[in-house]
Amino acid sequence: MTSYIIRRLLILPIILLGVTILIFAMLSQLSPGQRVAMYTREVASQENIERLIVQHGLDKPIYVQYFHWLSNVARGNLGFSKTGGEPVFEMFVRLFPATLELALLSTIPLIALGIWLGILAALNHNKWPDQILRVVSIIGTSLPLFVFALLLLMFFAARLRWFPPGDRLSLTNQALVDSAAWRAGWAPVTGMYTLDALLRGNVAVFLDALHHLVLPVTSLAALNCAVLLRVTRSSMLDTLRQDYIRTALSKGLSYRTVVRKHARPNALLPVVTVGGLMLVALLNGAAITETVYNLPGVGKRFVAAAANLDVVTVLGFVLFEGVILILGNLVVDILYATIDPRIRLG
Amino acid sequence: MPDDEKIARERALADAHDKQVDPPPHRAVNRRSVRYVVGRLLGTPASILGTLLLIAFGAIALAAPVLAPCPPDQKITCQQHVYKVPRYGFKTEPEAPSAAHRFGLTPQRNDIYYGVIWGTRTAFKAGVTIIFLALVLGLTVGSIAAYYGGWIDEVLMRIVEIFQAFPYLLAALTLATVLRGGGGDWLEDLMGPNSIAPAIIPLVAFGWMGYARLVRADILSVKERDYVAASRALGAGDGRIILQHILPNSIFPVLVVASLDIGTVVQSFAALAFFGLGVPKGYADWGQMIASARNVIPTIGRDWYIVVYPGIALVLFSLAWNLIGDTVRDILDPRQSREG
Repeated sequence: MTSYIIRRLLILPIILLGVTILIFAMLSQLSPGQRVAMYTREVASQENIERLIVQHGLDKPIYVQYFHWLSNVARGNLGFSKTGGEPVFEMFVRLFPATLELALLSTIPLIALGIWLGILAALNHNKWPDQILRVVSIIGTSLPLFVFALLLLMFFAARLRWFPPGDRLSLTNQALVDSAAWRAGWAPVTGMYTLDALLRGNVAVFLDALHHLVLPVTSLAALNCAVLLRVTRSSMLDTLRQDYIRTALSKGLSYRTVVRKHARPNALLPVVTVGGLMLVALLNGAAITETVYNLPGVGKRFVAAAANLDVVTVLGFVLFEGVILILGNLVVDILYATIDPRIRLG
Repeated sequence: MPDDEKIARERALADAHDKQVDPPPHRAVNRRSVRYVVGRLLGTPASILGTLLLIAFGAIALAAPVLAPCPPDQKITCQQHVYKVPRYGFKTEPEAPSAAHRFGLTPQRNDIYYGVIWGTRTAFKAGVTIIFLALVLGLTVGSIAAYYGGWIDEVLMRIVEIFQAFPYLLAALTLATVLRGGGGDWLEDLMGPNSIAPAIIPLVAFGWMGYARLVRADILSVKERDYVAASRALGAGDGRIILQHILPNSIFPVLVVASLDIGTVVQSFAALAFFGLGVPKGYADWGQMIASARNVIPTIGRDWYIVVYPGIALVLFSLAWNLIGDTVRDILDPRQSREG
């Protein structure tokens, strides 16, 4: 077990290095004149550009450039974002809390509903709850997130006006959150408005932030819920067919007890393995959700930078997302190995 | 393979248990025979619906010139290139459905009906191309890794892991940005300005890894069989063994799984367009039409048709593949459905 974790940790730098090579390979598709924009803020004249190209070594062999770029990355210098007007690294740090808040809040209904419904379907195999959930989940997997988000926006924000069509807070509360008074005091500023509001005991801001998050969280959670439901269902069905379930039933235990004590814990083991898949779905989905609902998070900035062909920002952000995903997958693997006693990873 | 038989028998028992009939005692069903697959496909309402939907989309794609002919006055759009959606006027506001424009106009004044019909062709074209290229790449990498094993396998699988270290859609979006942002000028020289290649390449580049892993796992189980050893004893070369003996016996499930991924891939293709980095502007594509709704978010309650018509087409198209896919995956391997 320990040796497995150590081996995974040893591979980690290799993967990270590979990730940087891949990103640099994409970056090097650009001409030196385009790449020099990474390092300069002013609109440079032609001779200025040539001077900068030499200054930053963009005329050197490709491997020299790679190590130059890598040493910059290691020092947190990912270049200057043209569309954001600030360094990429600082921008990511500033925008990340909004995305994290959205993802974390979506995870709660996603896991709770997905697993509950999946088990419900399995226990009613081929009866009407199973059939209905089957139809719902297959429609859920066929519905692209951006269409679903737009439809929710259309009905609940534009038509019914139950929820705001975008932003993280209403104007007055946003001003309050941005003010110096908000930062003062003992509580840390996490940038996640719901948490910050709770720490400060400000119910109005908390409810306002929540109100703005209902539609984005619903969009992000609902469709991924369909995937989780299917995985849980088939895992539970598999488990219910095992001999030890029959044994438990034949020794006279009630069906409820068998499901709760014998089937459910075992059925949920394989579900953990889709954790990595869910993380991908959340990162991808956050970009779409934030774009539709105009939430100033990492995803929206990423998409905006891509649409404006701001390569520097996009490559910097995708590096961050790659690192998050690698670490997330590591956690999932270790978690799985820890909770499943059958797995002996050597 | 005893394992296969065991699974087939367990499966038959479970099925029989569900249906309360006697299990077939000795004969294990050959899950890979064409007749069995077709029989199952026409066996459930869901897969019948999926098949019918797919046939309908195929018919629409084939009949596009009849269903949505190009008006003769559209000199700079569809008369020039048939996938360029007719454009009416140069204002930037949408127009509700009317007799002249059945599904209305997008904010860029493009005809939504024409775009939905011809978008069917785009969907098939993009889906098939992406899957085909990703398959070729995945099969190559996966079979080399599995056949040679050792450090080659180790290196190739690390490369697979590196590509998988990115969220698929965002990675594709990144490459699309690079290709559009100056890194893909050669591509435009090669394919012309109306090509959808800049949207296809990113989805291939970050979409092949699953097939590589799948075919690798399959080959690893096939390559220790006696007939491979026999072939090697007869003096067959590596290439011949891979192409003649191993791939045919391991490729079928991968091929089927891959072809059913078309529904998902078309969603990603549309998502790229939604981000503004898909097909060229004005190209007949569902995703791009839906994306144009982003310009009218404040009035989207009134301008619903921009999202709804192309959205329905996109959802039904994915639904068709998913409905068929559900059944086929069940047929091929009951274990695979667990992986979602």
